[in-house]
Amino acid sequence: MPFKSTVGDYQTVATLETFGFLPPMTQDEIYDQIAYIIAQGWSPLVEHVHPSRSMATYWSYWKLPFFGEKDLSVIVNELEACHRAYPDHHVRLVGYDAYTQSQGACFVVFEGR
Amino acid sequence: MAKKYDAGVKEYRDTYWTPDYVPLDTDLLACFKCTGQEGVPKEEVAAAVAAESSTGTWSTVWSELLTDLDFYKGRCYRIEDVPGDKESFYAFIAYPLDLFEEGSVTNVLTSLVGNVFGFKALRHLRLEDIRFPMAFIKTCMGPPNGIQVERDRMNKYGRPLLGCTIKPKLGLSGKNYGRVVYECLRGGLDFTKDDENINSQPFQRWQNRFEFVAEAVKSAEQETGERKGHYLNCTAATPEQMYERAEFAKELGQPIIMHDYITGGFTANTGLSHWCRKNGILLHIHRAMHAVIDRHPKHGIHFRVLAKCLRLSGGDQLHTGTVVGKLEGDRQSTLGYIDQLRESFVPEDRSRGNFFDQDWGSMGGVFAVASGGIHVWHMPALVSIFGDDSVLQFGGGTHGHPWGSAAGAAANRVALEACVKARNAGREIEREGRDILMEAAKHSPELAIALETWKEIKFEFDTVDKLDVN
Repeated sequence: MPFKSTVGDYQTVATLETFGFLPPMTQDEIYDQIAYIIAQGWSPLVEHVHPSRSMATYWSYWKLPFFGEKDLSVIVNELEACHRAYPDHHVRLVGYDAYTQSQGACFVVFEGR
Repeated sequence: MAKKYDAGVKEYRDTYWTPDYVPLDTDLLACFKCTGQEGVPKEEVAAAVAAESSTGTWSTVWSELLTDLDFYKGRCYRIEDVPGDKESFYAFIAYPLDLFEEGSVTNVLTSLVGNVFGFKALRHLRLEDIRFPMAFIKTCMGPPNGIQVERDRMNKYGRPLLGCTIKPKLGLSGKNYGRVVYECLRGGLDFTKDDENINSQPFQRWQNRFEFVAEAVKSAEQETGERKGHYLNCTAATPEQMYERAEFAKELGQPIIMHDYITGGFTANTGLSHWCRKNGILLHIHRAMHAVIDRHPKHGIHFRVLAKCLRLSGGDQLHTGTVVGKLEGDRQSTLGYIDQLRESFVPEDRSRGNFFDQDWGSMGGVFAVASGGIHVWHMPALVSIFGDDSVLQFGGGTHGHPWGSAAGAAANRVALEACVKARNAGREIEREGRDILMEAAKHSPELAIALETWKEIKFEFDTVDKLDVN
């Protein structure tokens, strides 16, 4: 009788913090998250880094934070422009909250290879 | 004009019941729920509480006349009925600021909940709320780091943090204990926690535990690429031992330590909090013994007072109950005191049990920790109740996973992130919780198994300590 195990083997995975355990988001799902950031009154900003430095506190800004931007497509275009310029980098979207001086949202949209 | 000394016993209300008094911004205000002995008038009971918790004693004494007692006395300025309760009433008492030592929560509690609680004219007495004046708050350091600093240090944004207590809570060797820490952290948790009972017992001395845990944290960080921490419990028999353990945690490069603030005491807690500020270490606070003090609806101290006192004494995370898990906790009341931990201003709101406007000024916030009998099915409710500035801790709900702690941790992380993503996308996560979890389980066998394992577990008992509402 072949050995049958019902116990799974959980392999450690390298992840990139928030939403790192979910599958990559679709375009629509990314739109939803951007809409949430803007609705909270936070400033969207785009950051990127080479995967070898992913644990660093400071990733490179892609341009300045998009203060006061209300147009979702502007943010999507900037994310894509950053990804095109740095295809091997991780690119993340941040919702910067000036009131708490913290990030209300932060997740990686494109994973670099 | 100077007063004359008139020896004897005066009624308390002659001196301490002052319904015309308008409290000052600098007064410390307290609301007590009083249940007097039969036949004693409310005003007399309330005035006795004011007297015995401030300047008064049972007899007039000559030495009172050496000072201006009217400047120092506590005053009962209002009495209110308790909704739905004929035998008890609320007494509102104002204490002048100069009755208390600057920066000492210990001193405030020694006065307000000292001898007065054993007073014979009372059957029961409960301290419901304290309004700390800004003039006092500014003398306390508060949380050593606060929510914003903790997020920046741990690199956790846009979601509640995820933790778990190591189980079994007693009896593991240091190396075996470190293994469980490693499994949880590599599986996807942000933090693991020493159980409150773990100090430095014969089966596992503290130094040995700290070393193995530090290695587990380091390995998990390297392998996952995320920042991790373990609350190293520094609660000890003496302050000297407590600081020795804290220093060693720092030496090992650990981000966070832990203290039990009620059994350890407010003085020890405030001291350790100052140490944490000075050394850049986060401070997790457990609350063993709280239910002895706060659970009876007519006697003791409400947890919102203990929570406020902790924010002043100092801590970056405090256990608050879960509302939905195995431990007692009314939802509205819990929302009321988690506001006291995290917000800079909390308005009076009786529907949440907050009796006063409370201005916290620039004092840092404390993460609310929900821990005890919770599992993946509770995730939508927890995210909805506690919001992002919280730590959700699943003990049995992590280690109890059929594939072990790492898979349990992953299941919780997937469930948490699915709920946050759905909330941000505008879905009503409590109502649609089941769908959200089932969808997420399609790409996570760990979550699918967890959902199957805990589908029948509920903790539905009536709350003992309810808010006083009609």
